[in-house]
Amino acid sequence: MGASQSAGTEHEFQDMADRTGFSLEQIGNINKRFRQLSNNEETLSREDLASIPALDNNPIRAQIINAFFDKRNLHQNETGTVQEIGFEEFLMVMTHFRPAAMGLTEEERENLRREKLRFLFNMHDTDSDGTINLEEYRRVVEELLSKAGTIGQETAKAIADAAMLEVASTTRGKMEPDEFYEGITFENFLQILNTFDIETRMHVRFLNMDTATLRCGKSK
Amino acid sequence: MSVRVALHSPSGSRSFLERGLLLLVILILLEGTVLTLGAASSPDIGAQDNTGGHDHRDDHRGIEGSRGNTNYTYTKKAFPVLSLDYHHIQVPFEISLWVLLASLMKLGFHLIPRLSSIVPESCLLIVVGLLVGGLIKLVGEEVPPVLDSKLFFLCLLPPIILDAGYFLPIRPFMENIGTILMFAVVGTLWNAFFVGGLLYAVCQIEGTYLSQVELLPCLLFGSIISAVDPVAVLAVFEEIHINELLHILVFGESLLNDAVTVVLYHLFEEYSGAGEVTPMDVVLGVICFLIVSLGGIAVGAIYGILAAFTSRFTSHTRVIEPLFVFVYSYMAYLSAEMFHLSGIMALIACGAVMRPYVEANISHKSHTTVKYFLKMWSSVSETLIFIFLGVATVAGPHSWNWTFVSVTVILCLVSRVIGVVGLTFIINKFRIVKLTTKDQFIVAYGGLRGAIAFSLGYLLDKDLFPTKTMFLTAIITEIFFTVFVQGMTIKPLVDLLAVKKKQEAKRSINEEIHTQFLDHLLTGIEDICGHYGHHHWKDKLNRFNKKYIKKCLIAGERYKEPQLIAFYHKMEFKQAIELVESGGGVKLPSAMPSQVSMQNIQPKKLPPAVAERALPQFTKGREEEIRKILRSNLQKTRQRLRSYNRHTLMADPFEDGWNDFLLKKQRMIELEKKMTEMSNYLTVPAAPPDSPTMCRARLASDPNAFYNIKASSDGVPTIQVDLASPQSPDSVNMLNEFSKRGATDQDLGQREGADRDEDQGLMMKPSSAGKEEKGEEEGGNKNPGLMRCLSDPGPSNEDEEDEPFLP
Repeated sequence: MGASQSAGTEHEFQDMADRTGFSLEQIGNINKRFRQLSNNEETLSREDLASIPALDNNPIRAQIINAFFDKRNLHQNETGTVQEIGFEEFLMVMTHFRPAAMGLTEEERENLRREKLRFLFNMHDTDSDGTINLEEYRRVVEELLSKAGTIGQETAKAIADAAMLEVASTTRGKMEPDEFYEGITFENFLQILNTFDIETRMHVRFLNMDTATLRCGKSK
Repeated sequence: MSVRVALHSPSGSRSFLERGLLLLVILILLEGTVLTLGAASSPDIGAQDNTGGHDHRDDHRGIEGSRGNTNYTYTKKAFPVLSLDYHHIQVPFEISLWVLLASLMKLGFHLIPRLSSIVPESCLLIVVGLLVGGLIKLVGEEVPPVLDSKLFFLCLLPPIILDAGYFLPIRPFMENIGTILMFAVVGTLWNAFFVGGLLYAVCQIEGTYLSQVELLPCLLFGSIISAVDPVAVLAVFEEIHINELLHILVFGESLLNDAVTVVLYHLFEEYSGAGEVTPMDVVLGVICFLIVSLGGIAVGAIYGILAAFTSRFTSHTRVIEPLFVFVYSYMAYLSAEMFHLSGIMALIACGAVMRPYVEANISHKSHTTVKYFLKMWSSVSETLIFIFLGVATVAGPHSWNWTFVSVTVILCLVSRVIGVVGLTFIINKFRIVKLTTKDQFIVAYGGLRGAIAFSLGYLLDKDLFPTKTMFLTAIITEIFFTVFVQGMTIKPLVDLLAVKKKQEAKRSINEEIHTQFLDHLLTGIEDICGHYGHHHWKDKLNRFNKKYIKKCLIAGERYKEPQLIAFYHKMEFKQAIELVESGGGVKLPSAMPSQVSMQNIQPKKLPPAVAERALPQFTKGREEEIRKILRSNLQKTRQRLRSYNRHTLMADPFEDGWNDFLLKKQRMIELEKKMTEMSNYLTVPAAPPDSPTMCRARLASDPNAFYNIKASSDGVPTIQVDLASPQSPDSVNMLNEFSKRGATDQDLGQREGADRDEDQGLMMKPSSAGKEEKGEEEGGNKNPGLMRCLSDPGPSNEDEEDEPFLP
């Protein structure tokens, strides 16, 4: 997509807009931001994202950055990570954060829900084996509390254990002592976050106006 | 009386007789109440009428009238001490009677099976008020001006608003603040001017005999009638369980429109006196609005911070903690009212500001007290307000004007619908989660009017507004229309439209984790996208709050606690309390979700062979028996610790429930450990792979370690179940605390139960294996965190190792 800098861009953007549901203006904005982040390169590397100063304070910064390079979020059936992403991939990750449109049918809503939760699930499931096991869950909570100093680290484990226990008991019911709960599968994940209105909560506002001039975030 | 009516209504199948009897009792009591209130005879009004707001409420000398003749003699006092002096207690007595009436009515409604699900409570209460008022009138007494403005604004309204403000769901409120403000400010303004203006136009039509009504009074009337009432909205919306978004939209609007109403009311009242309005006045009005609303918020926030700061130092006088919450809030309200600022906004701000800090500072019991007191006060106030509304309606005076009243009702509906639809059209352009047509309908339809409007109308000066009675009549009609017609039909309509309902779910730890996770994720994505949205600013604010404000306002080390950890501790604590309340440390109510032990979750490391370890199984009955013995043992210790002190609720600053629990748990674990140890030594003849001392060491540090021992002794590969997080400082602290404070208690208990423990230990020895399986799931590990916290290698465990307490 790089070569078609000027001529193909319009067409490509239109194409992407059709596929992702973003408006052309939004794509234009995201593209501008992409170029800004990648220093006008075609691809974006982890370092580019890691250099955003505003992210420094984010406890789950590493996970967020990983999510952008996770193949599961980019293509449907592959696992593993990539080193660099192009604009299209960047945009694909962003689609997970689009607000729900008006007048969705029940089915569409459910799909949207699954899709958003899948994104979260993938962020937790670092080894891509389809379950979040205790180790992974502990890591999530630890990351989450990583800014809280030592108290956080010590409590994190307890919290993760309690959370895991909760998952096991809500999804499995009573377990025999010899049974073992392998980890949270995606179905379990859907189940425990049943009341969590992800479809109305997981979104950011993608502006239609040009924000590059505001120079937020990236200090140059 | 509606109770009597309800007696004929179809009641449920179960024990009709019993319920009927209860209703009868209530009925009799009620009749008594009403009669005492109504059967007034002595005409000496004015004797005590200048003492304050309450005194205006009743002018009856009820009891005196009915009983005065029997033993009321001046001439000869056989027993000088005994005399009937009703005046002495009249005011508080009558207040109590009203409160009692209100409470009994509330009680009565909930005893009638289906009534409360069909008719909202507010309607029933108004009907009761009407009946009571009618009775009073029947007896020939002048109906007391119960809904006096002073009483209403200074006594009845604050509890309701404080309750609303203190428990305001901050997150959805802040997320929708733009929409709420739009409805509250622009919507109310629109309503006021639309209704007022059109009413004036209608009044000018020939043939309505209303041409004497001027424009300014009309606008004043419009501003009174246009505000959605928080009391009415709360009463109805709590019953229909609508989803959080709609609830907060309507309710938030009803709270925040107070500033608009206050300003419009005072402005129009002023202008009506002055007679003319200049453009300058309009500008001043806008400034006034800003001052009233922002000033109210500022006053509230100042008092809120003061309250939070005060609560920092209350750790030694726990009993008066809740009082600070109430007094500071009330002061905020009064201070705001003093300057004619918006008292409601001050209360809301005060409650919302103080809550997170106060909650971190005060004890769990104080928190419960605050919660219950607020709920109790607000519900009694609400009940009284609706009853008084009914009584006031009977009291009159009324001047019914068909045109005026019907036009008012119609205009209110029309303006509300136009206002909501128009504003949503604008708001939806900015909202990400759009408001659907259904939502708009509910918001429009949920715009109930209530007692605030009535009280404001009641405040009007009769000389300035000759049409006051007509206004009051119209206001009452509008209130009745909204509360009865809209209030009663909104529930079926919500069902009919299949509007999303509120999900009844207690917050789980997983949801909390993901709430936090999502917050950070969205902040991160916004940062990557390169524009600062509200997640970004929220994050900034949170960090500022954590860094500076919490440090000042929260005592001790707790300010460092991230939200997630605080939530976790709270949850853990709640479970612990439940455990204690459930009567024993072993058996838990089945409502507790956890049926799985941590044992089941340990990842993959367990080979399937473990399943075959042969452990002796025990019957349920046997287990139960053992538990009972254990429990009664512990109970004794616990009861001995109880002592009553007026100034402190518990012997030590720690929660005694918590302490009890710790104590029990501790003893339980000790016992269990002992038993396991014994059974290890006694029933497993094969030499354990670890040396006995090692075993003991491991046992001491980890109660679950016996699994390992058992497994390994059976020749199964060892699993290191690392349940005990080795260094959790707070849990260790807990134990420290416990072992320090509870040393004597423990000593006592242990000495007492020691002998029994010993032989029971032996007796129970074989059960330990079964126990370890079942007890683990049912009781022991319900609460893995606690278990862990208790099983930490704290000092007390070392004590236990040496067993210094045992004789």
